[in-house]
Amino acid sequence: MKSLTKMTIGLASTLFASTAITSVAQAEDLTLCWAAWDPANALVELSKDFTTETGIGMKFEFVPWTNYADRFLNELNSKGKLCDLIIGDSQWIGGSAENGHYVKLNDFFDKEGIKMSDFVDATVVGYSEWPKNTPNYWSLPAFGDVVGWTYRKDWFEKPEIQAEFKEKYGRDLAPPATFAELKEIAEFFQKREIDGKTVYGASIYTERGSEGVTMGVMDVLYSYGFKYENPDKPYEMEGFVNSDKSVAGLEFYKSLYDCCTPPGASNSYMGEGIDAFKSGQVAMHMNFAFTWPGLHKDEAVGGDKVGFFANPAGPDGDKFAQLGGQGISVVAYSDKQDAALQYIKWFATTDVQKKWWSLGGFSCLKSVVEDPTFEASQPYAKTFLDSMAIVKDFWAEPSYASLLQASQKRFHDYVVAGQGTAKEALDSLVADWTEVFEDDGKM
Amino acid sequence: MSDMPSGKPLVTDTNSSILDRAATAAAHATPEPLAKKVRGLSDRMVAWIFIAPTILLLLAINIFPLIWAIQLSFTNYRANRPNADIKNIGLQNYSRILGDADTWIAMQATAHFVFWTIALQTLIGFTLAYLIDRKFRGHAFWTTVILVPMMLSPAVVGNFWRFLYQPQIGLFTYIISFFTGIPPTEIEMLSNVSLAPWSIIIVDTWMWTPYVMLICLAGLRSIPDYIYEAAEVDRASPWRQFWSITLPMALPFIMLAVLFRGIENFKMFDMVNLLTGGGPGSTTEVASITLKREAFEKWRTGYSSAFAIILFVAVFGLANIYVKVLNKVKNR
Repeated sequence: MKSLTKMTIGLASTLFASTAITSVAQAEDLTLCWAAWDPANALVELSKDFTTETGIGMKFEFVPWTNYADRFLNELNSKGKLCDLIIGDSQWIGGSAENGHYVKLNDFFDKEGIKMSDFVDATVVGYSEWPKNTPNYWSLPAFGDVVGWTYRKDWFEKPEIQAEFKEKYGRDLAPPATFAELKEIAEFFQKREIDGKTVYGASIYTERGSEGVTMGVMDVLYSYGFKYENPDKPYEMEGFVNSDKSVAGLEFYKSLYDCCTPPGASNSYMGEGIDAFKSGQVAMHMNFAFTWPGLHKDEAVGGDKVGFFANPAGPDGDKFAQLGGQGISVVAYSDKQDAALQYIKWFATTDVQKKWWSLGGFSCLKSVVEDPTFEASQPYAKTFLDSMAIVKDFWAEPSYASLLQASQKRFHDYVVAGQGTAKEALDSLVADWTEVFEDDGKM
Repeated sequence: MSDMPSGKPLVTDTNSSILDRAATAAAHATPEPLAKKVRGLSDRMVAWIFIAPTILLLLAINIFPLIWAIQLSFTNYRANRPNADIKNIGLQNYSRILGDADTWIAMQATAHFVFWTIALQTLIGFTLAYLIDRKFRGHAFWTTVILVPMMLSPAVVGNFWRFLYQPQIGLFTYIISFFTGIPPTEIEMLSNVSLAPWSIIIVDTWMWTPYVMLICLAGLRSIPDYIYEAAEVDRASPWRQFWSITLPMALPFIMLAVLFRGIENFKMFDMVNLLTGGGPGSTTEVASITLKREAFEKWRTGYSSAFAIILFVAVFGLANIYVKVLNKVKNR
């Protein structure tokens, strides 16, 4: 009887203890919010190590890109507690810092010995700092990304295609060094029969709803000489945004859209670009670097069939690329900020960052990307490094959403709908942006 | 009970005794103060008790947000800046909206969409109703088949038609190509500035013509047969019968269908958003898409509230004028 009593007490204690432990663990579970895409799956895999090490469970809230900004900005604006950690887009940093959505990380970085100088400079400015170029940090660079190009290496290497190209253009068919060359290659492939199938020149960004056409146009405009503002007088845009060089860049983008994209590609962004490339429709494909691991692994177009190149140069030899990617931040409305900071501390370590890269995440830690073995670690690693060295980003002001929607409208109206001229589009953009900054009291 | 006609027993004696017993038992079981209270409720009070939940819901879901939106429309409030000062800026939002050329482009796109969808749906819907009304073998089956599109979700319809319109694999483009000889890859329904507005009109017409047809059918079936019989006696031709009997008597129903579709299409969002997203450029950017962009992409809450009020007033005003005309037609 005694032993039965003991056993009962023992079982009850075990049950109580396990329930208590589970409750504690659940109470400490962190929710991380991000976009629903391939790197998010890699992060789920990576985060299992964090749970093993700390006992803190991880939950994830992933939203497709088309609703990513709407969903999470709504969450932040309503001071929601859904996300403890958020990997927010680079352009959100101004608004999220000024509106108090993110926890400022300076003290935490100092306390834990996390140095921003250990991360790629462009990602620190792009993902972490607000105001820009000041040591005020709101995020840890989490996922480096940049617009670049993939091309059908197998098509480029076909002897008959090479011969025909050389005869027509007097040079070898190779990844383009300038945008002019890129257009020639796109024209060459447009509506060409390859392996019994009609193919097209290039897939470029034309999407209207979120940020697509702006990311694509900017990717070209930077290299043509576009500047957001007078370097000596902030927010003075006249003559910079709508300079002759900017006009030439926008005209080029439209000509590329008109001549060399697949039929019906008037609303194309990351997903549509991937589809166009994977289905063997296009010879070249503009997209963010995050797509490269997936394309490289693809059975139909991956492996030796795919090549990668960084943005080519503009007419004056300038070479820039549109920055993508995000930093990871602690949400100010979270009740689990300590655990969230613990995750950031863990994520910043070299071993975790190395594993992050090996799983398909684009690390921003210098010790990872500057490692001598990095360039050879993946076929796209060098292109990634080359591209990250030339990045520029869109406005990251608190009013970035209004600024972005204005450019979406002006660029799509001109590039896709063919309304007005490039000069008119950029003049209107200056007027729109001026109005936004005047409303903000910055002009 | 005083309204009941006297001298006519409501129930049989047996039932009466049962009911009496039940009522007496209930009366005894009810505590005296509560019984007094219940007995003291007037019919009006009982009516209020029954409709109060509905009124409260209406106030909470419709009236309060409307009043709040009106209030916000006079401010510079932005939902993405919760910590910023909210300034009263009077009519500035309204004057900016009405003075903005893009507003009028969106209004034009809306008017084009509303006009053509209503014209086509009324014409085709009435024709179908007229044909279905001639009872033929299997007409019930064909009526059901015709109604299928309106039973689908707009989200499904939008995605479905996006594939049909696809220049390389779309069935619609292949059919057009078959009849016209134009290569399918050159039929860019959603990308071409001239074709995109019509691509939306086609889908909306495909989906909602059955709805118009149903209302018209109800109108046609409400015309008494004896009127046609009298016309036959007077040797009126079928054409004369159509113009003098069918159309005038079905007109109030047709106008009702036009009113419903007009209001719906004025605020059309889902299908346009799924098919073109307002593009190419701003070609199919109807007013509701502009409103969504201002409210949830640019986060100009005050501005978009003013825009919503303008749209509300426009729809409400036009619908009121229309209803007055409709009543006149009915009373003719």
